[in-house]
Amino acid sequence: MDIEWYLVVSALVFTIGLSGVLVRRNPLVILLCIELMLNAGNLALVAFARMHGSGDGQIFALIVMVVAACEVAVGLGLIVAIYRRRLPIDVDELRELQG
Amino acid sequence: MGPVIFFIAAIGAIAGAIGTVTLRNPFFSVLALVAHLLCLAALFLLLHAEFVAAAQVVVYAGAVMVLYVFVVSYVGGAEEPLSSPGGPGLRAISALFAGALFVELAIAILGSGLSALGTRGAVVGGSFGSPAQMGELFLTTFLLAFELASLLLLVAAVGAVILARRRAGLEPERSISVAELMQSGGRPTRSGAAPESMPEPMAQAER
Repeated sequence: MDIEWYLVVSALVFTIGLSGVLVRRNPLVILLCIELMLNAGNLALVAFARMHGSGDGQIFALIVMVVAACEVAVGLGLIVAIYRRRLPIDVDELRELQG
Repeated sequence: MGPVIFFIAAIGAIAGAIGTVTLRNPFFSVLALVAHLLCLAALFLLLHAEFVAAAQVVVYAGAVMVLYVFVVSYVGGAEEPLSSPGGPGLRAISALFAGALFVELAIAILGSGLSALGTRGAVVGGSFGSPAQMGELFLTTFLLAFELASLLLLVAAVGAVILARRRAGLEPERSISVAELMQSGGRPTRSGAAPESMPEPMAQAER
């Protein structure tokens, strides 16, 4: 398959992830949608690595996976902390930082 | 054979993504994301990224998603109500933004003028994307990124433990008897989000 097709799939998945971040209110699901966006970026990176025939893009994708794992660990830690404080798990109600 | 696998995997990946966004129950969202990740791993295999595909399945679909499942079952995946406070207007605007972004990305991809986009990519040898090549690149050219990634993982692990630890004084000390724990199904009550999920004996005890 041509490289273009992979990039179109990547753009579509990124768009779906973005709309999820905008629409959903549960922080767990928002984290999942951020994962979707990171994975779309990964697919584009791997497709470009294939296009150039070099492994650099794949290394980049692996580093993105590491960053995503860190983001998941910290994000889930935050959600557990929110739950421990008996606060509602809803980004529309967690607006204390808004000032 | 390649195009068939590509279309199956691509449709699966997009369906998984849509499921992640639209399913009401966070637990099913996680499962849809796992399906999405597996389909994406198939796409990586088609792109000769064998090590990335293996890492995707083992680390991502395996370990990270298990973490998600644990937290969803701990927090209790409360289903969202269908109507958001922003109303359908906000949802339409966000769908509009997402559509605009997709059009922009499509223009960027198709109008990039990269002549290699319409090809199957460069000719690569059999060792392209193999663990041996990845390991060599990680330990020679990208050694700094590799070490920084390990440091970042360590910082994130410590940070997550500190964030999620039980703080003294933040929550009132409450002794729960075993009978109470059995009655409430082993879950602590929580105020605010879902008061109706509080079991009746527990609610009476708090009054």
